[in-house]
Amino acid sequence: MYLAEHFVQPPQWTWYILFYFFFAGLAAGAYVLGTLLRFSGDPRDEPAASIAFLVSFPATVICPVLLTADLGVSWWKFWHMMVDVTPGDTGLNFKYWSPMSVGVWALVVFGFFVTVSAFDAWLGNRRGAGIIPMVLNRPFNVLGAVVAIFIASYTGVLLSVSNQPVWSDTWVLGGLFLASGLSGAAALLALLIRNRPDASFSLGRLHQADGYFSVLELALIIVFFITVGAAGTLAREVPWLPLWAIAVAGVAGSLVEARGHVRMQATGGSGTVAGVRLDTVVVSILVLLGVLALRAAVIFSAQ
Amino acid sequence: MATIKAGETYGFFTDTSVCIGCKACEVACKEWNQLQGDSPSFLADSFDNTGSLDAQNWRHVKFIEHVPDQSSTAGNGAAWLMMSDVCKHCKHASCMEVCPTGAIIRTEFNTVFIQQDVCNGCRNCVAACPYGVIGMNQQTGTAHKCTLCYDRLQGGLEPACAKACPTQSIQFGPLAELQQAADVRVAALHSQGVTQAQLYGRDDKVYGGLNAFFLLMDKPETYGLPNAENATLPSRNDVGGYLTAAVTAVLAVIGGLVAFRRRGMG
Repeated sequence: MYLAEHFVQPPQWTWYILFYFFFAGLAAGAYVLGTLLRFSGDPRDEPAASIAFLVSFPATVICPVLLTADLGVSWWKFWHMMVDVTPGDTGLNFKYWSPMSVGVWALVVFGFFVTVSAFDAWLGNRRGAGIIPMVLNRPFNVLGAVVAIFIASYTGVLLSVSNQPVWSDTWVLGGLFLASGLSGAAALLALLIRNRPDASFSLGRLHQADGYFSVLELALIIVFFITVGAAGTLAREVPWLPLWAIAVAGVAGSLVEARGHVRMQATGGSGTVAGVRLDTVVVSILVLLGVLALRAAVIFSAQ
Repeated sequence: MATIKAGETYGFFTDTSVCIGCKACEVACKEWNQLQGDSPSFLADSFDNTGSLDAQNWRHVKFIEHVPDQSSTAGNGAAWLMMSDVCKHCKHASCMEVCPTGAIIRTEFNTVFIQQDVCNGCRNCVAACPYGVIGMNQQTGTAHKCTLCYDRLQGGLEPACAKACPTQSIQFGPLAELQQAADVRVAALHSQGVTQAQLYGRDDKVYGGLNAFFLLMDKPETYGLPNAENATLPSRNDVGGYLTAAVTAVLAVIGGLVAFRRRGMG
């Protein structure tokens, strides 16, 4: 065991990148949840799945806009991420060992899956049937969900694959951002479907899923602090403890809400246990703030 | 010096034991490369008013002052360590490893060079460089650092900083010749009782070897250089990062399937 030494300059990845990480997590998380809801085999989950695919579309569209804006005056060279324009050595750029390189391509592929699935859901809502037959829709969704899992997690890996303090001192950021993104997406869907009678069946199930994701997130937050502490850079987190407190509050809100729904299901939905539940709006907003705060704490503490 | 030839490896040997902190290297670098420099600032913590390497400072003379709190005695006064810092042109370069655009290349002189027309300002190299060498130029929106005077080398000229150094602290030449000279120099210092003198980046322990390597008068950390144990490439976290994400994904999908499992229609 040795203490890490860092003499690097900060890359000044700030607000654009923070909100890219936030929306990418929500978009990818929503797509994964839509796929899982569809796989439940219960037709009562289909309205919620449809909303999941629809909401992942705008959240995805904003991602390349944020990434391009982050390039500043070189924004018009955004496509250099994919095409190497080196004179005499032009060709496609793909470095499997560079998360940023892989991530750009993954975002393009994910954009395709999201666009098709959102259009399919939109058409399904309007005329009762989408463009893709259900027999093909599921494998299509599974492929899209695999890419979505990558999108939700690679942002954390990208930070770790550097020499920055905190980021490079831990290997949990990929998993942490994935769990957090799923939790945030579940909260967002709960927020969107709470007043939709046709989708209300999935509300409790989403809260329950959020509870599982939050357990994972909490465990990974603990591992994050252990690994960063072992590297000797824990002091950098101290100024950002208020943000960590918001992140943990979001996790706690998810767990309390999930517990209330599990107990309610166990008792057949009795009204007395339903009273244990916190208000969906409050919890969902708290969770979403927690998702944002977690990413902000990680991003800013290293810089 | 002999003719500069493409295909040969060139570099710097910076002997900090003879650096006098005159900053002629900084001035020559700015002059040749037409760097405007940053606005003057009073840092108030040393005689150094450059601060750090960045987009406008491709050479930076570090002043490391070991001034004792107590009154000094004869021969035990202030200790001044000076080092003209620069891009190390690492054999295994972190910046090259992570650059997604292919803007960072190795030249025919085996130096590391950022192509300004290819770089799109993503700043991944800034996050990766363990020496804090690369800076962003806000006017061009691209990453900048020492080019080892690529244009001068192509014209058969040695880099401006080495040309200007009055004490031969900065030596330029074929890497093999510089390494031999460094071995002779450190042996001479050791024979004179200066046992703390050590070479940094001469061998492959640090990023596979540095084209711009140093003779230091203290341990690397004192100069803001990572020691061999900490000289690690960003890709070391690829496997761990993705593996953690994969395990999390499996557990999360299981959790989702449990939460969404089919229940009775009642």
